[in-house]
Amino acid sequence: MGKIINKKDIKHIAKLAELKYSDAEIDKITDQLDKIINHITKIGQADTSNIVPTSHVLEITNVYREDKVRISFTREESFKNAPLEDEDGFKVPKID
Amino acid sequence: MENEFADIKNEYETVIGLETHVELSTETKMFCGCKLSFGAQPNTYTCPICLGHPGSLPVINKKAIENAIKIALALNCNICENAVFHRKNYFYPDMPKNYQISQFDMPVGINGYIDVDMGSYVRKVRVTRVHVEEDTGKLIHIGSTGRISEADYSIVDFNRAGTPLIEIVTMPDIKSPDEAKQYMITLRNILLTLDVSDCSMEEGSIRSDANVSVKLISSDKLGTRTEIKNLNSFRFLQRGLEYEVDRHIDIIKSGGKVIQQTRHYDNKTQTTMVLREKEEAHDYRYFPDPDLVPMKIKEDWINKIKDTIPELPSAKEKRYKDFLGLSDYDSSFMANDFEISSYFEEVLKHHDNAKAACNWIMGDFSAFINKDGITLRQSKITPENLAGLIKMIDSKEINGKIAKLVFEEMYNTGKNPTDIILEKGLKQINDTEKLEKIIDEVILKNPDAVSQYKSGKSKAISYLVGQVMAKTHGKANPQIVNEIIIKKLS
Repeated sequence: MGKIINKKDIKHIAKLAELKYSDAEIDKITDQLDKIINHITKIGQADTSNIVPTSHVLEITNVYREDKVRISFTREESFKNAPLEDEDGFKVPKID
Repeated sequence: MENEFADIKNEYETVIGLETHVELSTETKMFCGCKLSFGAQPNTYTCPICLGHPGSLPVINKKAIENAIKIALALNCNICENAVFHRKNYFYPDMPKNYQISQFDMPVGINGYIDVDMGSYVRKVRVTRVHVEEDTGKLIHIGSTGRISEADYSIVDFNRAGTPLIEIVTMPDIKSPDEAKQYMITLRNILLTLDVSDCSMEEGSIRSDANVSVKLISSDKLGTRTEIKNLNSFRFLQRGLEYEVDRHIDIIKSGGKVIQQTRHYDNKTQTTMVLREKEEAHDYRYFPDPDLVPMKIKEDWINKIKDTIPELPSAKEKRYKDFLGLSDYDSSFMANDFEISSYFEEVLKHHDNAKAACNWIMGDFSAFINKDGITLRQSKITPENLAGLIKMIDSKEINGKIAKLVFEEMYNTGKNPTDIILEKGLKQINDTEKLEKIIDEVILKNPDAVSQYKSGKSKAISYLVGQVMAKTHGKANPQIVNEIIIKKLS
């Protein structure tokens, strides 16, 4: 089995996810993820020539709700999981 | 110098594509039952779904999909039977889930177009896609300037998060900043007619991102494009694009290279500034949202929605021309602004004289409201009262001159024309007996004009009519006066 994923890919994905890793961690993750992805590629061997592409595992469609108002959280409730808040809203660090 | 530059400019062709976001005016959000609430106290309309709490499940708002289909149909799109929601992954504090639910390769509508009337020609702008997504929350940057770069921290208001948003993407068919502006006006007018969004520019209910590049007319090679984000006024759209086009040409002319960037238009300086270079993070890793099952948009639903589409501006314009007998220019003026056309048609409901209604709206009415910087609906004149005024002219209760005075009074006070005429005693004098007495006096007092008329100077009669009008303070029916004088002098 050849390498599917390399260190550069891992660094890219980590950056997209706003995660920071040491070089040693990157090496470890690259190795582990490569094994996992190699394993998963086996699925590609399945014969799908007569299979219609699907975007969902369930064979149901058209699940809708009517455009009716439901009661929302109170402000206090909405802030319960916020690490930081002030009287107006969720407080987040300076964005760069 | 100026001409030399114009020549250089003429060697280039502008290529513009627009992505327009429209907030739908449904009662509730796209995937949860929180009320849409522009301007409410921050974070008063949120729930586990629009705050992205783990384990919460979104459910599609049917009305929003209906409106999306309506829009797609009005923009001449094909409706995709299989439409799917995808996750667009990126990290930003205004997105509580760290992905936005959007559509990717299976949107609601594809391959449409809008005909944009440019007066002397029509620009056909192809619409690549109409898709549904959710809006983000709003960030308030706290610091001395309110700017993101100088902020100490930011506050997130999630009231807007999850608002149903329609994105309308065009092909790069737009050839000038003016066409871009006209496209947006046309699109907005269609959306207002469909009654799917308030399309408020100030509140950001409709906003466009513009992709622009220039290329040598003689070359097939497209230039590097830049994107101007979040243009929420027709003027900003046009000015921002004009600035960008000039900037691109200047760079190319001086031997430089345009860099692919996202830029922001600042109306204070009337320039565009870099927001960010096209970053490597432009990697959204779209995948079908496993929380939402696919949509199957069937023919019978589409047909039902088709039946709810009102007469669109282009059809209106044709009807005004063919059935109401308005000129090309008048039909276009009446049809291509939703507020004007709805006002115009309401006037016609009360009194059926299209040409007169059109003349008042385009003439005196426009002059008054333009002077005050307000719209037809913001003025004190109701369509019913304008219809009343026209009716009184048509039935010869008042003449055109008096009508102008009554109109001004209506505009200033909002009173109806009948009351104004009664109060001010402005009713037209059609009573021939009464008029004959006045005319006899005028004939006696103006022997010169009388003899001029008798010696063949037919123009002298208008002097005599004028005298009668002056004596009656403009209230006499000028046609009747004219007839009586001719009779008396022949």
